[in-house]
Amino acid sequence: MKEFITFIQQLINGLSLGSVYALMALGYTMVYGIAKMLNFAHGDIIMVGAYTVSIVCSIAGFSPMAAVLASIVVCTALGVTIEKIAYKPLRNASPLAVLITAIGVSYFLQSVALLIFGSKARKVQSVLNLESVKIGGVDLSGVALVIIFITILIMILLTLFIKCTKVGKAMLAVSEDRGAAQLMGINVNATISMTFAIGSALAAIAGVLFVSSYGYVDPYTGALPGIKTFVAAVIGGIGSIPGAMFGGIVLGIIESLSKAYISTDLADAIVFGVLIVVLLFKPAGMLGKKKITKV
Amino acid sequence: MKLKRIFALLTASLMTFSLAGCGENSGQEVENTDVFKIGGIGPLTGSAANYGISVKNGAQIAIDEINEAGGVNGMKFELLFEDDEKDEEKSVNAYNTLMDKGINALLGATTSGCSIAVSNVSVDDGILQITPSGSAADCTNGVNSFRICFTDPLQGELMAQYISDKGFKNVAIIYNNGDEYSKGVHEAFVEKYKSLGGSVVVDESFTSGDVDFTTQLTKINSSNADCIFLPIYYTDVAYITDQAASLGLKLPYFGCDGWDGVINQLNGDTSNIDGSIFLTPFISTDSDPKVKSFVEKYRELYNAEPDQFAADGYDAVYTIKAAVEQAGGDISNEALISAMTQITVDGITGQMTFDESGEPNKSAKVAIINNGSYIAE
Amino acid sequence: MENKKSILFAIIAIVIFIALFTLVEMGLLSRQYMGLLVPICVNIILAVSLNLIVGFLGELSLGHAGFMSIGAYAGCLFTVYANLPPFIEIPLALIIGGLVAALFGFIIGIPALRLRGDYLAIVTLGFGEIVRSVLNSLKIVGGSGGLKGINSGMHKSDYYIVAYIVVIITILVISNFINSRHGRAVKAIRDNVIAAESVGINVVYYKILGFVIAAFFAGMAGVLYGHNIGILKPATFDFNKSIEILVMVIMGSMGNIPGSIIAAIILTVLPEALRFLQDYRMLIYAVALILIMLFSSNPTLIEFRKKIFGKKEKGGK
Repeated sequence: MKEFITFIQQLINGLSLGSVYALMALGYTMVYGIAKMLNFAHGDIIMVGAYTVSIVCSIAGFSPMAAVLASIVVCTALGVTIEKIAYKPLRNASPLAVLITAIGVSYFLQSVALLIFGSKARKVQSVLNLESVKIGGVDLSGVALVIIFITILIMILLTLFIKCTKVGKAMLAVSEDRGAAQLMGINVNATISMTFAIGSALAAIAGVLFVSSYGYVDPYTGALPGIKTFVAAVIGGIGSIPGAMFGGIVLGIIESLSKAYISTDLADAIVFGVLIVVLLFKPAGMLGKKKITKV
Repeated sequence: MKLKRIFALLTASLMTFSLAGCGENSGQEVENTDVFKIGGIGPLTGSAANYGISVKNGAQIAIDEINEAGGVNGMKFELLFEDDEKDEEKSVNAYNTLMDKGINALLGATTSGCSIAVSNVSVDDGILQITPSGSAADCTNGVNSFRICFTDPLQGELMAQYISDKGFKNVAIIYNNGDEYSKGVHEAFVEKYKSLGGSVVVDESFTSGDVDFTTQLTKINSSNADCIFLPIYYTDVAYITDQAASLGLKLPYFGCDGWDGVINQLNGDTSNIDGSIFLTPFISTDSDPKVKSFVEKYRELYNAEPDQFAADGYDAVYTIKAAVEQAGGDISNEALISAMTQITVDGITGQMTFDESGEPNKSAKVAIINNGSYIAE
Repeated sequence: MENKKSILFAIIAIVIFIALFTLVEMGLLSRQYMGLLVPICVNIILAVSLNLIVGFLGELSLGHAGFMSIGAYAGCLFTVYANLPPFIEIPLALIIGGLVAALFGFIIGIPALRLRGDYLAIVTLGFGEIVRSVLNSLKIVGGSGGLKGINSGMHKSDYYIVAYIVVIITILVISNFINSRHGRAVKAIRDNVIAAESVGINVVYYKILGFVIAAFFAGMAGVLYGHNIGILKPATFDFNKSIEILVMVIMGSMGNIPGSIIAAIILTVLPEALRFLQDYRMLIYAVALILIMLFSSNPTLIEFRKKIFGKKEKGGK
């Protein structure tokens, strides 16, 4: 019985870790699916969001809600600016050229954060002060519950947004065929900028919730989750919004269970091993659509 | 077409190399005897930047103090510090850059792997190399290399002895599998602890950059461990102890010298780790006047709390100063190195002498965390 | 024509070597740049070999550092345990490192048959991370503390000669491969798999061959790296290292070997040349990276460049 409770607890741990990955992956997969670029700077925008929260919170008189709003505003502005300066001029260049620019932006954000804040991790006051819930010996962290809730909410809203609004439909069209979309009178540039704005706003929310559950931020906070998020997005199927959610949670659970029952030393190897096997059997990710190439 | 390209390649390569050649002084400059140059190496950028920055800042304080006091034998000291990003290859590049600038002694590298890589090269140059904080056993392999800090194995053994003496027989460990320091302490600890009759009931690891420790902590929670040993740096300590508290895990913690700085990391709120004990050569709240003055200067200049890396950097400069004084007017490499074994340095990390193998002889202090401050036992 | 090119290549190779040798022997090169010779060579080998996968095979690989580390560990373990004279030991270590890496290139080449684009990219990324994670836990190679005591007995300052020879071999082999029948087959696969298959090109064979050759040379580069530094740590061969190599390939423009070489040289020297900037070094490096990409890949600027220089640039698609 005790072992069973521990197992459930580990599963829950995986779920809450996975929901953080899922939340980060949502914004990532959106940019990925629509603008067709690996935005390696996404993790670093999350980091900027986290720092913004920490600064606004430390100024007396600002409520946590104000901090969250500030964070969203800052990240959205940043995302749009980066897009204007660094990605837009390369709209018709090779996707790999944009990839390198994104890496450059990622280094840039990290260096700026390092110069301003130093490399020591900064403690951030949590914007969510929730007690954990105990059910039959299993601890359910309050923050994790909120994260899961928000992730699902965002997933639904995003799906609705893309399916039902004009802008969303334009995004879908741009992702399917940029040239055809332009011919249909869709402003491709504006649509992609919009995608970045939303993606960055999501990164800000991810940043806020990330520091709420882990409590610290440093200039490299976004780096490792950036890679894990990429993995989550691919497991779920690139560009698929429910897929990102699913991929993130699967990743979290695999990571947690392999740490708990196989080996903490080899946890990363196991996670990536599973990933490779999954892709061998489902080459377009779990929820991704397989494209048929016409000759 | 192709020809043109290849020609372009050729010109570009040659230009790069000729550029490389520009502005170099080819190392044959006349020695300026008024200035004693100390070269420092450590990560100033990248994820390990706080270690290098601390060492640099600590060393700079010592340099300024020495210069204010009129220098040594009429020479002023100067610190030239180069970044290595905690990368072995860049560390060797940094060393070469410093040699171009004509350094007289080397303070570095800050991290173990880089120290070893640099000492592979510096041994041929014969320059005095003192690593402030490279704790792996191999850092002092060269006849020219010394260190200020404890070695990993020594720390692990001391802590095993200490925990065992306190009557804890079932220890749980979380260490960083991707970090040489953590792994070194961990290995020596486990071996010694088992030989003393204790058992390691949970032995878990993580990788640099991990922030979620709930899985490991859940494992400890369901075990019969009576204490937790964390041979890791303070940033990770903060993550782990925070998450342990929210899981309701309340066991005494033990640590190693990487813990120094944890209170500052926690913004002074030590309610989760009160009573934790770690081994360190340096305690920033020590009542020793030397330590006090160092800590005050550090706070004033850098608006931060000095950690053990800063203290090691500070002591390394004073060790070099002592060697220069001992060697008299002769600042050749041989004279400085042979002086090393004859000096006694009364530093802020304790009183040290050095043996031929490059190891310091100094005693460790046991620090207890209590209500937002470190207390020496 | 082929002959002419080979002779030209040989002449250039010798001229550069003589220039280098003179610079080194006459002590005209500062220690900083002396020390960079081997890293430059290592990076050239890495960039040229990755170019084979990315530029010619058309597959995005984010795990080149994985091949490098496998080769490095295999070759350096040999050096640590064998005590042969350097002129036998180093070539043997290089070949062993290359072969072991090639074996893994073969293994990674297999998923490449089923996966394309970003999905394959993530398999290679995963491969690199698996290698690092396993090396971190392997006691025999020293775990995260690193494999130490790699010493072939050769004098350090002569090491660049070995590295230079390996660079020449790499460039010769890869450019010959690309200009051969095999190379044309590889390019055909990149441009259109289905069309290539329909004219009877063995896609399986050529894709795997591409990965094997690239991995072989990456492995050799790893061996060179290990011997030059004397210590190998798994942390060195992380995701960022793979990205660093990829940046060289893309900056030098894909499918262009001289471009890879120049980019490798520039990107190795640049961070060192920026040392005087101190704390701002990485910031300026990042800005430089973005600007270089903007100027080299922006379609409008490419047009502009064409107008200014009045030359037709080869429009490869």
